[in-house]
Amino acid sequence: MTGMLEIKNLHASVDGNEILKGIDLTIQPGEVHAIMGPNGSGKSTLARVLAGQEAYEVTAGQVTFEGKDLLEMDPEDRAREGVFMAFQYPVEIPGVGNTYFLKAALNAVRKHRGLQEMDAIEFLKMVRGKMKLVQMDEGLLNRPVNEGFSGGEKKRNEIFHMAVLEPRLCILDETDSGLDIDALRIVADGVNALRAKDRSFLVITHYQRLLNYIVPDYVHVLVDGRFVRSGGKELALELEEKGYSWLEGMAPEHPAAQPVGA
Amino acid sequence: MPVTTSESAITGVEGYVAEFERFQQTLNEPAGLTALRRRAIARFAELGFPTLRQEEWRLTNVAPVAQGAFHWPENDPDAVAPGLLAPHTFDAAARLVFVDGRFSPRHSFVGELPPGTVVASLAEVLAREPERLEPWLARFAKFDRHPFVALNTAFLRDGAFVHVPRGAVTGPIHLLFLSSGEEGRPTLSFPRNLFVAGEGSQTAIVETYAGEGAYFTAPVTELVAGPSAVIDHYKVQRESLGAFHLATFQVQGERAAVPSSHSISIGGALVRNDVNAVLDGEGIDCILNGLYFGDGRQVVDNHMRVEHAKPHCASHELYKGVLDGKSRAVFNGLIHVHKGAQKTDAKQSNRNLLLSRDAIANSNPQLEIFADDVKCTHGSTVGQLDEDAVFYLRSRGIGAEAARSLLTYAFASDIVERIKIEPVRRDLEEFLFTRLPMGEVVRQAV
Repeated sequence: MTGMLEIKNLHASVDGNEILKGIDLTIQPGEVHAIMGPNGSGKSTLARVLAGQEAYEVTAGQVTFEGKDLLEMDPEDRAREGVFMAFQYPVEIPGVGNTYFLKAALNAVRKHRGLQEMDAIEFLKMVRGKMKLVQMDEGLLNRPVNEGFSGGEKKRNEIFHMAVLEPRLCILDETDSGLDIDALRIVADGVNALRAKDRSFLVITHYQRLLNYIVPDYVHVLVDGRFVRSGGKELALELEEKGYSWLEGMAPEHPAAQPVGA
Repeated sequence: MPVTTSESAITGVEGYVAEFERFQQTLNEPAGLTALRRRAIARFAELGFPTLRQEEWRLTNVAPVAQGAFHWPENDPDAVAPGLLAPHTFDAAARLVFVDGRFSPRHSFVGELPPGTVVASLAEVLAREPERLEPWLARFAKFDRHPFVALNTAFLRDGAFVHVPRGAVTGPIHLLFLSSGEEGRPTLSFPRNLFVAGEGSQTAIVETYAGEGAYFTAPVTELVAGPSAVIDHYKVQRESLGAFHLATFQVQGERAAVPSSHSISIGGALVRNDVNAVLDGEGIDCILNGLYFGDGRQVVDNHMRVEHAKPHCASHELYKGVLDGKSRAVFNGLIHVHKGAQKTDAKQSNRNLLLSRDAIANSNPQLEIFADDVKCTHGSTVGQLDEDAVFYLRSRGIGAEAARSLLTYAFASDIVERIKIEPVRRDLEEFLFTRLPMGEVVRQAV
């Protein structure tokens, strides 16, 4: 059986520096995979390569999403196909209203999927429901995208966008960074509410704490551009206890860790 | 560059001077005004057309105007096709239409206005009761250092005279200037406007410039904002792409006046806007905003000069430019604070968005401060679209082109949103939706 997402021997560079040095990963529908690793290990690079950020150059390997070549697609087509990345640093976009922007995005996605565009009334009704998921203040709807939002509001807004766009694969790029425990809980509750058997998650984090709330099926540890260890959720706890230094020396000896979930 | 073989073409400094000799014989006006014209043409003869060697013009080449040959219009202003007017009109309290600088009574109307309010053709007022204009006309826009103001003053004939009396409140007054130069016979016009807002009055005036073909127009507008007068001025420049538009807008503020100006520049081959504000009373709050677009080989130059002559005045300037193709923009912003103008609060900001590699923006803020208890800030930026923002929008399913257009719209929107007259704001939004690639997505998303 092939997975929803299949990553094979992925190598990627930025400005000529190789960051990802051979990633293999298969994610089945409904699974939650966590990727942990020290700063600079390539976690966010992997997220951004999957989302299609052009600054990253894929030098080898393949990625398929639901059988289609993901790397061939423009970022907007990946989004329309159902890949969503919650940004580590959501971008402020003055002058573009959060709701209107989201309506344009949703309609672009729906059009791509052969669905009818949503009218304003339907859209607002749907949006109100989704806002409750992340306890978003209605005031944030009418503001420009992320402008003047607190760190926590920005992250909640990302999950809110995710809830509205209903992607198949959700990539959370250090969504927990900069969040206090209350905000973290709200974000995690939002994510958990979106878990479904046809929706998968790739949760990238530096800290184990997030995984107390978003409980993963698999945990992979990324060190220096390679997975050095994969396991179940208990691997996260072990890491928390022993620290990354426990695994850092392992990278060269284990160039190709066993992919899991395959 | 316009070329013509017609005998009546006016070209070069000598051409204008010779034309003035002929022109002044046709005038029947107070001796004082004719004397003023003579001084102006004499000054123009001394100054000549500006060259790149002059500091104030070093980045804007007016050779196409200096070397061009232009004709006075011969058409009947009332005969202008209504189809030319329609795209620019809106529901106003009064509208005056000028065709190639001459008043068209047929296309103009003055609706209900407070008693004592005058909205009229300057030529008519000059013919009937010139003494009405005497306290203000040509007293503020100085021609001694500006050849185009000198030319306008020498040849001024028609334009709008708006006088809002003390305490009166009016709806928006619309002045529409259409030009219609023909290929091979480009026209010439020197519209001259005088707006006087009496003490405590409130009004809004919209000047629209539009046209077809090739022509040269050098309008001068003088605005006198009386004590505590609130006046919103809008200039929408949508000249043809064959037009040379060299305009001066002169604001004279009196005590506690609140003058604001919004200048939108879209059309024209060569555009220069000199905006001069003299804050000559305490407690004036002056806003000068602008938004300019350039594409192809358009040149647009905004030259601002704000003079804080008295204490406790505020001036806030925000000019933004969107430049594509091989267009070029110049922004020169001078703030001059006179000795004794304490507690001045002057802010100036110029931001340029370059959409192509070949577009150029020059931004030059200048502060001259002769008082010691003031707050003056300025900032200017020239940059491209934020690629992170483009990617963010694309990652949500918005196409690349639409994402760029959306961000371009967003860049312009803080000026657009400040336009208080809804039809003017809507027209500008409509322009953006039409002009920007994938504008329909932008329409939906804002």
